[in-house]
Amino acid sequence: MERFVQLVIDGVAIGSIYGALALALVLIFRSTGIVNFAQGEMAMFSTFIAWGLVQGGAPLGLALLGAFALSFLGGMAIERVLIRPVEGADQLTILIVTLGLFILINSAAGWIWGFENRSFPRALPDGSADVVGIRVAYESLGIVAVLLAVSGLLFLLFQRTKLGLGMRAAAANPASSRLVGINVGRTLMIGWGLAALLGALAGVLVAPQLFLDVNLMGGVLVYSFAAATLGGFDSPKGAIIGGWIIGVAETLAGDYIGFIGSDLTILVPLVIIFVVLLVRPNGLFGSPEVVRA
Amino acid sequence: MSLLEVEGLEAGYGPVTVVRDVSFSVEEGQVVTILGANGAGKTTTLRALSGVARARGHIAFDGTDLVGRSPEWIVRHGLAHVPEGRGNFASLTVEENLRLGAYVRKDGERVRDDMQRCFGYFPRLEERRAQTAGSLSGGEQQMLAVARGLMLRPRLMLLDEPSHGLSPLFTREVFKILRNVAEEGTTLLIVEQNANLVLDFADHAYVLETGRMVLDGSAEQIGADEGVRRSYLGMV
Repeated sequence: MERFVQLVIDGVAIGSIYGALALALVLIFRSTGIVNFAQGEMAMFSTFIAWGLVQGGAPLGLALLGAFALSFLGGMAIERVLIRPVEGADQLTILIVTLGLFILINSAAGWIWGFENRSFPRALPDGSADVVGIRVAYESLGIVAVLLAVSGLLFLLFQRTKLGLGMRAAAANPASSRLVGINVGRTLMIGWGLAALLGALAGVLVAPQLFLDVNLMGGVLVYSFAAATLGGFDSPKGAIIGGWIIGVAETLAGDYIGFIGSDLTILVPLVIIFVVLLVRPNGLFGSPEVVRA
Repeated sequence: MSLLEVEGLEAGYGPVTVVRDVSFSVEEGQVVTILGANGAGKTTTLRALSGVARARGHIAFDGTDLVGRSPEWIVRHGLAHVPEGRGNFASLTVEENLRLGAYVRKDGERVRDDMQRCFGYFPRLEERRAQTAGSLSGGEQQMLAVARGLMLRPRLMLLDEPSHGLSPLFTREVFKILRNVAEEGTTLLIVEQNANLVLDFADHAYVLETGRMVLDGSAEQIGADEGVRRSYLGMV
């Protein structure tokens, strides 16, 4: 039983990281209808920026803040320069552009920082607490707390501020948004900036648990896709809950299903994506938009 | 000086030109209508005014040229456009739709008063303020679109086919409210296929045919014109 609870807690923690990246995918999909395959690589690049700042002598906190700020600006720049010209183009064109971006960022990171493994410093406290016989790592608690705080802030941004209202409007009806005076291009840029920032967060949370290299986020992206698909690609709440479910499913399957072990856990998200698309294509919380005539 | 003076307007999308050499004007406080069959260029003319269609020529709004301005700039200067198909934000609530109508306004206090004023015109919208716009009936959606336009406190409001898809009962209700709005001093430019209805309360009317203005006069004159009656009023 204790083992089970521990696995669930670990699953929720790692699932929170998937959730953060899934949230980034959802943010972009909701506002532009684009599935951003380069989201993981953007996050990896951001993590390298943080690592580079630490190597350059910056204290970790400052390095993280710097990486977040640069990621936000970088996300906006990517939207403006690479995505804007193909907005409104067919799905295939956009897919190819985001795949191209994937390769571009991956190669650029390799060119700048090389291909070896680096160890990334832990931002969250080490050690663990003992709660009624169950060992809970501070890091796990910290990751969940960070995700909840960030989603709370995003909720406030979207539901309580004028900018957020404008962003939701631009996502719902871009043509009409222009007619009420919303600068739709600017809201899209901010959306990409926020997504890049969320990705950076996922990157610096996951990097201490793995090694930092150019393929840091490859696996995480697959799990995040599963989370977003399960939760519903247009639902922020779904991304987070989907992330948790995927994370828990992964740790439990890795431990309890003999042949999966730690090598085949990647099967878990793939099976989940497949089943969701078959049974409930809009995911748990996603909605096909309904308009009465 | 007229509130809106359009001269030699050419408008279209990309390489396609839909209207050519269109001239008309709207006086402050008037209700002006542009009549015309499907495809005459009515919608394109409105879209040129609000900056979402390509335009050439002169569009003077309160003395400022609008040609080449962004839609955001034009809205900020008091021109509201209630587009064809209503342009509501289906996944957002009624109240959020109304707040979006006032998006460019900086006077938050008066925006709240204006929302109450809109609920006064359309009590049904107040009952449904927390519902999503997509869940409203067609008539309620049209009311919401008009109310969204009013939330700008516009100096000029463009309305594209406000009767489209509405039952006669709802149409009468919407036009009754438009009459109130006009009497309270908002200038209206209405594009309609239902000419009977709009000639009834417009001051001035223009007739657009395949991209050109072919007639203009007071609403009474136009309503009495033999050709107009035959083509647009369904009377022989």
